[in-house]
Amino acid sequence: MTRTLLTGNGAAAWGARLAGVDYVPAFPITPQTEIIETLASWIEHGEMPGRTVTLESEHSMVTAAGAAAASGVRVFTATSSQGLLYAMEMIYTVAGWRAPFVMVNVSRGLASPITLEPDHNDIMAARDSGFLQIHCASCQEVLDSVLIGYRLAEDHRVRLPVIINLDGFYLSFTREPVEIPDAQVVAGFLPPYEPESTRFCASAPVSQAVTVLGGSPYSYFRYESHLAALNALTVYDEAAKAFAAACGRQHAAVEGYRCDDADIVFVMLGSFASKAREAVDRLRDAGQAIGLVRPRLLRPFPAAHLQRLLAGKQGAAVIDQNLSMGLGGVLHSELSSALYGKPGAPSVLLSFIGGLGGRDITPEEFYEIAAVTRQAVKDGVTPPPRLLYSRDEDREIRKLQAIAHAERNELESGQ
Amino acid sequence: MKESRFKRMKDLPSTHLLGTGTPMCSGCGGLEALHEIYDILGSNTVFVNAAGCMTLLAVYPFTPFRGSWLYTAMASAPAGAQGIRDALDILIEQQRLPASEDLQVVVLTGDGAAYGMGLSSTSGAMERDLDFIYICYDNEGYGNTGQQFSGATPHAARTATSTGPHGFAGYKKDLFSIWAAHKPAYLATVIGAEPLDLARKIEKAKQLKGPRMIIALAPCPTGWDYAPRDSADIGKLAVATGVWPLKEYIDGQVVHTKIPKQRQPVEAYLERQGRFAHLFEPRRDEQLLQELQDSVDSYWADIDS
Repeated sequence: MTRTLLTGNGAAAWGARLAGVDYVPAFPITPQTEIIETLASWIEHGEMPGRTVTLESEHSMVTAAGAAAASGVRVFTATSSQGLLYAMEMIYTVAGWRAPFVMVNVSRGLASPITLEPDHNDIMAARDSGFLQIHCASCQEVLDSVLIGYRLAEDHRVRLPVIINLDGFYLSFTREPVEIPDAQVVAGFLPPYEPESTRFCASAPVSQAVTVLGGSPYSYFRYESHLAALNALTVYDEAAKAFAAACGRQHAAVEGYRCDDADIVFVMLGSFASKAREAVDRLRDAGQAIGLVRPRLLRPFPAAHLQRLLAGKQGAAVIDQNLSMGLGGVLHSELSSALYGKPGAPSVLLSFIGGLGGRDITPEEFYEIAAVTRQAVKDGVTPPPRLLYSRDEDREIRKLQAIAHAERNELESGQ
Repeated sequence: MKESRFKRMKDLPSTHLLGTGTPMCSGCGGLEALHEIYDILGSNTVFVNAAGCMTLLAVYPFTPFRGSWLYTAMASAPAGAQGIRDALDILIEQQRLPASEDLQVVVLTGDGAAYGMGLSSTSGAMERDLDFIYICYDNEGYGNTGQQFSGATPHAARTATSTGPHGFAGYKKDLFSIWAAHKPAYLATVIGAEPLDLARKIEKAKQLKGPRMIIALAPCPTGWDYAPRDSADIGKLAVATGVWPLKEYIDGQVVHTKIPKQRQPVEAYLERQGRFAHLFEPRRDEQLLQELQDSVDSYWADIDS
């Protein structure tokens, strides 16, 4: 097996290339740009067929992507953060068109304050849109998930667009050894896109995305999208199984790591879960029965998988790399609703916020989270959600504030 | 370009393609123009619509179009046209679709989208030399929400958000010049009340490739406050008074296609519409009327000379 060093962005581009995409509407944004640059270069130099077009905004980019998918070609696009939010009207709109395509989102924290580094508030904003979501923790997973994404999106039981999420910097710019599957193997796994009636042509006129009057037809079409998204649970499992058969790599909807005999678990999304995984190994070395649960699929929400993995656990600590202002962690609240009243569900479900704007989560913090979780299990009381922030960081921010004050005083005193 | 097949009124198509019974207001000048345009473009078209009055043309499960339709959003219909055009080109190139299945891609937006929110995506489409036709039905305000002023509203017009004694304080944006600066393949103003001029222009646009941009002034009984039966007259007056110059831009030249020989006073157009009633009652606003006449005269001074 040959493996090539690829960044997460390079892996995403390879996924699109192997999927044989016809059309790549694009717009640059850090830390995603390398994906579209790579594809544009391959297309321009004849290394892959297809056509790329740079739109004047992400809003237009997603419109063009949806319209082309609704016209019957295989479409790939990519964005990040502010771009995803700028496109948000169309994210919801094209999902309602039931136009299947794959979009990579390279997660990056949202303004304000503006930053380039990753967290999941951008992708969480697309949570209720109708796009399905797959979250990746390695560059290999990025490539594989793009291929699985097309199979999922285009399945006639689903017909919804899919977002493949990877974390900016941690995956986008990090080189890892990646196996690039053989084109013929991919062709066996992913048949050509069969648009059926989702297309425009002279002999079969069609009206797509028309207005409805009243709540009844509106509800009908919204329910249809929801039911299609739920179908994606089964279709995902089938696709992952077929992918494992073709390429030999397992990508379960929810990955359980050292969970079987664990009495407490961390629950995390994305590449920061690799940090949790490392902490699990260290804690295991120290004799603790701890595991990691990492949902890859976030939409549809794999509730049954999570219930199964968490059944019989004493406690779970959800570490959210996002923050819903005035509520807390999104995954924590979603997991709570999936577990509530379910037999064998952990009696305590703790919430931690960390990794915002690329802030590291240190091994010591994971150890502390484990200790707090054990204490909660012992006390039978769930502590309030905790925002991870260290004394050192607090000291550093005080320094920055002191500088800001000094600068302002200097300006005001006219020196 | 070959001579137009539309020499006189009787040359205009006698079969009408757009279905009737749409939810547009009675006397809608935009629908009048669209009827005439559709008769010439025909049903091998896909209309890509931006949010506006005409979004209500296709209401599930009905459509007046014999051809295809895609509703997008208010700002990005030209990007929708880009996606469809590119997809059709790809499918034809790869022989997944015979060339006979090709469609003319037509954007359909109101002035609210064209003059404002959609200007960026329109500019982008022209800059990329997208092969499409763009129709803006311009009723000079956000008509579908009850005629608030837009970037297309003329000076002094009363709208739902300019109800003061002098009406709208701003000036109608010169979208024609903004578009012409992009050097599109074709650009023209039309009005449903001048069907022969309209037919010639749409015929010309149909034969060309690249961005072909059409602005149709759309007299609007509900927004402009006049009786629906007066729509055609008001449309004719818009041309006869010189308020709405009929012109086209092609090969870098702007040509006026119907220069009113003896321009009627602007008042003749204004006094027919409730949105300008405050210029006449309770007393004539001579200053504002003169200002509006001067503005039209100054436009034509350059053309006449």
